[in-house]
Amino acid sequence: MSVEHIIGKSVPRKEGRDKVTGAARYIDDMTLPGMLHGATVRSQIPRGVIRNILFDPRFDWNEFVIVTAKDIPGENCIALIGDDQPCLAEGKVNHPEEPVLLLAHADPHLLRKAVDAVSIEYEDLPAIFTIDESECRSQLIWGTDNIFKTFLISKGDVDSVWAKADYIVEGEYTTGAQEQLYIENNGVIAVFDVVQGITVWGSLQCPYYVHKALMALCRLAEDKVRVVQMETGGAFGGKEDYPSMIAGHAALLAMKSGRPVKIIYDRLEDMTATTKRHPSRTRHRTAVGRDGKILGGEIDFTIDGGAYATLSSVVLSRGTIHAGGPYYWPHVRIRAKAVATNAPPHGAFRGFGAPQSLFAMERHMDRIAQVVGVSPIEIRRRNFLKPGQTTTTEQTIREEIDLGRLLDRALELSDYTAKKERFAKEKAGPIKKGMGIAAFLHGAGFTGSGERYLASVVGVEGCADGSVRVLVSSTEFGQGTNTVLCQIAAEALDLTYEDVQIAQPDTNQVPNSGPTVASRTAMVVGNLVRSAAMGIKQTLIAAGTLGGSYSPEEFRAACRDYISEHGQLRSLARYDPPAGVFWDDREYRGEAYAAFAWAVYVAQVAVDLSTYTVKVEDFVALQEIGRVLHPILAKGQITGGVAQGIGFALYEKVVWQNGRMQNGQMTNYIMPTSADLPQIRVFFEEMGNPHGAYGAKGIGELPMDGPAPAIVNAVEDALGVRFDSVPLLPEDVFEAVSVGVEG
Amino acid sequence: MRSNPADYELIAPGKLQSVVRLLAEEPDEWLPIAGGTDVMVQYAAGKLPARKLVSIWNLPELQGIDVQPQEIRIGAGCNYTQLRENEVIAREFPLLASAARWTGGIANQNRGTLGGNIVNASPAADSLPALLAYEAELILVSIRGERRVPYLGFHTGYKKVQLASDELIRTICIRRAFSEYFQYARKVSARNAQAISKVCIAALGRLRGGVIDDLRMALGSVAPVPLRLTEVERIVREKAVEPELAQLARKATAAAIQPIDDIRSTARYRSAVAGNLVVEFLERLRDSGKTA
Amino acid sequence: MTTSSDNRGKCEILLTVNGKPESVRVYPMERLLDVLRHELGLTGAKEGCGEGECGSCSVLMNGELVNSCLIPVLQAAGANLTTIEGLAHGFQLSALQAAFLECGGAQCGICTPGMILASRYLLNKKPDPTLDDIREGLSGNLCRCTGYTQIFDAVAEAARRRDPA
Repeated sequence: MSVEHIIGKSVPRKEGRDKVTGAARYIDDMTLPGMLHGATVRSQIPRGVIRNILFDPRFDWNEFVIVTAKDIPGENCIALIGDDQPCLAEGKVNHPEEPVLLLAHADPHLLRKAVDAVSIEYEDLPAIFTIDESECRSQLIWGTDNIFKTFLISKGDVDSVWAKADYIVEGEYTTGAQEQLYIENNGVIAVFDVVQGITVWGSLQCPYYVHKALMALCRLAEDKVRVVQMETGGAFGGKEDYPSMIAGHAALLAMKSGRPVKIIYDRLEDMTATTKRHPSRTRHRTAVGRDGKILGGEIDFTIDGGAYATLSSVVLSRGTIHAGGPYYWPHVRIRAKAVATNAPPHGAFRGFGAPQSLFAMERHMDRIAQVVGVSPIEIRRRNFLKPGQTTTTEQTIREEIDLGRLLDRALELSDYTAKKERFAKEKAGPIKKGMGIAAFLHGAGFTGSGERYLASVVGVEGCADGSVRVLVSSTEFGQGTNTVLCQIAAEALDLTYEDVQIAQPDTNQVPNSGPTVASRTAMVVGNLVRSAAMGIKQTLIAAGTLGGSYSPEEFRAACRDYISEHGQLRSLARYDPPAGVFWDDREYRGEAYAAFAWAVYVAQVAVDLSTYTVKVEDFVALQEIGRVLHPILAKGQITGGVAQGIGFALYEKVVWQNGRMQNGQMTNYIMPTSADLPQIRVFFEEMGNPHGAYGAKGIGELPMDGPAPAIVNAVEDALGVRFDSVPLLPEDVFEAVSVGVEG
Repeated sequence: MRSNPADYELIAPGKLQSVVRLLAEEPDEWLPIAGGTDVMVQYAAGKLPARKLVSIWNLPELQGIDVQPQEIRIGAGCNYTQLRENEVIAREFPLLASAARWTGGIANQNRGTLGGNIVNASPAADSLPALLAYEAELILVSIRGERRVPYLGFHTGYKKVQLASDELIRTICIRRAFSEYFQYARKVSARNAQAISKVCIAALGRLRGGVIDDLRMALGSVAPVPLRLTEVERIVREKAVEPELAQLARKATAAAIQPIDDIRSTARYRSAVAGNLVVEFLERLRDSGKTA
Repeated sequence: MTTSSDNRGKCEILLTVNGKPESVRVYPMERLLDVLRHELGLTGAKEGCGEGECGSCSVLMNGELVNSCLIPVLQAAGANLTTIEGLAHGFQLSALQAAFLECGGAQCGICTPGMILASRYLLNKKPDPTLDDIREGLSGNLCRCTGYTQIFDAVAEAARRRDPA
């Protein structure tokens, strides 16, 4: 391998200067002349028939732009996958905070009062709020059986293993909803022009998702919809599909009024009305041999999708495929389903189903260890996947990953063994300490045939001044898209990092490189950037203006010359699925992901039994990620993801009442502050990846999978009490330890 | 932002006399606003009933920490940063210093005032148990003059205080009588910073001949008002701290408090933790060596 | 100081912002955050929560760190304000800004202006902070992206640079 000069270096963040000087422009920093503010009138009940909409006569409603479902030129839905989610409720509402109508006015304060001055009368219908209620079908709220989607993974012959088992271990594990809590709330501005069509600027992850949704909603052709991503203040999946809804609303108001319309949510509206992580319930029943080896098992994985299907089928898919963890299952049956409840639809949040099913798997491994009478270390070591073995979907592990050695390294970095022994002896006093581990994998890129279906296209072009520009619809929202893709192009072309820029994602300017999700940007899109960059280099070489080796100045000169002669220097690269990679969508079998990253995380906790609070005192995050493209960005991704995982485990509880989030404020939805987190110690290994740019694997979501099970495993180690649910709050610890202490 | 600024009046007369005259001349019309860390949250949420506000921020008469030989006099307009930075408070009144450190984040400590905290009267306010433990007294001021009242009993019910509608708190007075006492404060909340307390305790005590000679204990977030545990104090006075006494104290604490289930926590948790904190205080007092 | 024309309407308020005298005609109960963003075009301060929890609206008022979403502009009359826009000297970034860039202290950037001002306030008070000092000093500024570690690195690095000895 040749020595890279930019890949592997922590070059300055491309848009970093703007961010530290306050120059970065987020959607609420933007205004347009004549702009109106838009707002949404939402349902206050979880389910019912709309009987009447009343407008308080003390307002002059002629001053307002009012949009209802009747104003929708195209389909009243947010086009995504199943297309069952209305843009505006028509006749019926199926969750609290469901949008019913839209208002716009130039005065945002008057607008706020006007929203409260619209009252909706309903005939209430019975509503359901939990997975159990949905399953028992006392109310059918979606389709014929409340089920959005099911999957079945079947490997080997599970029914044959029970008789041979020395142990049968069962467990049920649940995870709650989690709010993405990007610090910048959702917002968009829309403009409509009869000739140009709709233009939307917004805080978003996937410009082309919004583009597709607006085409269908507004009945406009492809070239009459333009979507531009502004600087985006955090997303984590919460701005994957939701922006299509808010953009649709702003577009409708813009079309009706002929004026630009800005919709910005405040924190309360954002928290109560937009997507969350799917709550989950996983049931394991595992046949285990005397030596602790898994003989086979059944896994039942269910997620709560809220009122409409939206992304639930894909979240379910990923959760299902990851449900078996990094272990070898000779036989397994995984039954998975996504069910409907009367809550705002749940959606994408970093990890996308995997944190849920991996929480269960890693808790269950500790359970198996107890039953068998070996340590949590040993049980994992004996069951780890080895090269040549197949996963639950019968994907052969082709790389020389040695999970036992990864585990050993994590144990050494965390001083696990010595600490565990010491803590077991330190019984006196109210502070009980414990150690816990989680071993896991995370598949990067879209599942199975997903990347083929996306058929991403990337462009790299030369500019008139000799610099190079990357053209992708992949968005920056903190994870480093701009930086890494420019690094890749600069590396591929032997230029300096400063020679390469990246275009603002604008569907008029950039091709569709796919959504910025699934940890695919560095790995998949990066590879296409590399190809497209090579493309313009080939063009210049073929034109005779560039030799095989050259300096950056020579490249820039050749680029300038070529453009002045030909007008444009651009190369497009389209995703080409690797040969020999098969995925069967019907049987859910085959190569689920082009690459897995592997990890072992270790948590050290201290439980204070005077207050029942759990503190994470030390955290080691060790992962194999193919190639570290940018050390600071990579470390930042892991640290940030672990912090969110710690929040998922110990702090972040959504309090529900009748399908509505009750704690929709930052005072009451608790995310960790700087005073709550330990130093998160991050370590990498690099084994390369033939399918990823410069050997990289996707890492954005990986760190979300490990913290919750590692921490809960550590708490059980500290207290000797079982917890099978997150978030694990002090009140839950109290209830568990006080059983039997008082009457 | 769910309120319209155009619907509100805010004036800043700049002098205490002008403010109290206004409050007397236009009764129940004007809401005093100091640092605004409570009022402005309600305002932004569209939940502020008042429409006319009078700023008492930076009124010179409400500033300053006056250290006298027998007592310390804290201007009601002092913010938490000023409390934290005062040497006498740090040395002699650590319960108040801790509470100041625990209130909000740094930015809110620069604006939140002790007087505002008292008048806002949240039972979860961090500094109120400390004021109970220190047996603070308040100097209240109105057009009619000043009066001095014990802080104990100032809170008459949930968010209700014994302040006439034309009165302001001018000064919080605390006797410099506790520097030789063992002092113990602890806040239990959902996270280590910027969190409303689930339970908090401020307590002080001293021993004599192996028994408890004198003590004060106060809890927050376990009743509609911050609570002085007078009954628990009575039970443990003159006794040695032993397991049976701890159990009695725990039971008496549970009987004295009225914790609720709310968005932050549960009554059972609060009750258990309150008992734990009281026992922890008594045990640490026993081990403290602080004698009369 | 204020020259209040009419209690019921707007008033003229004088402020110094980043060293520059400004005069705004606003309702006295406008939030300082909104005045900075809408009247003065200083959009560096952000609204993340509207209730003084996230710190993304933080600015320095008379040298003190405050949440501008909780300050009625009348109470800022006559004050000296520093926003993120006032930290760089032309093209030259401050030590903190440069350190945030180098250490990965900014990811999505939305908390960054407030975080840098909170760091500036901390370093003004404690030029040589311990890790615990940094943790505490920034505990009122929420960051969802970084997990804080690289922010602490940036503050420590900036502290080192201001005092190279």
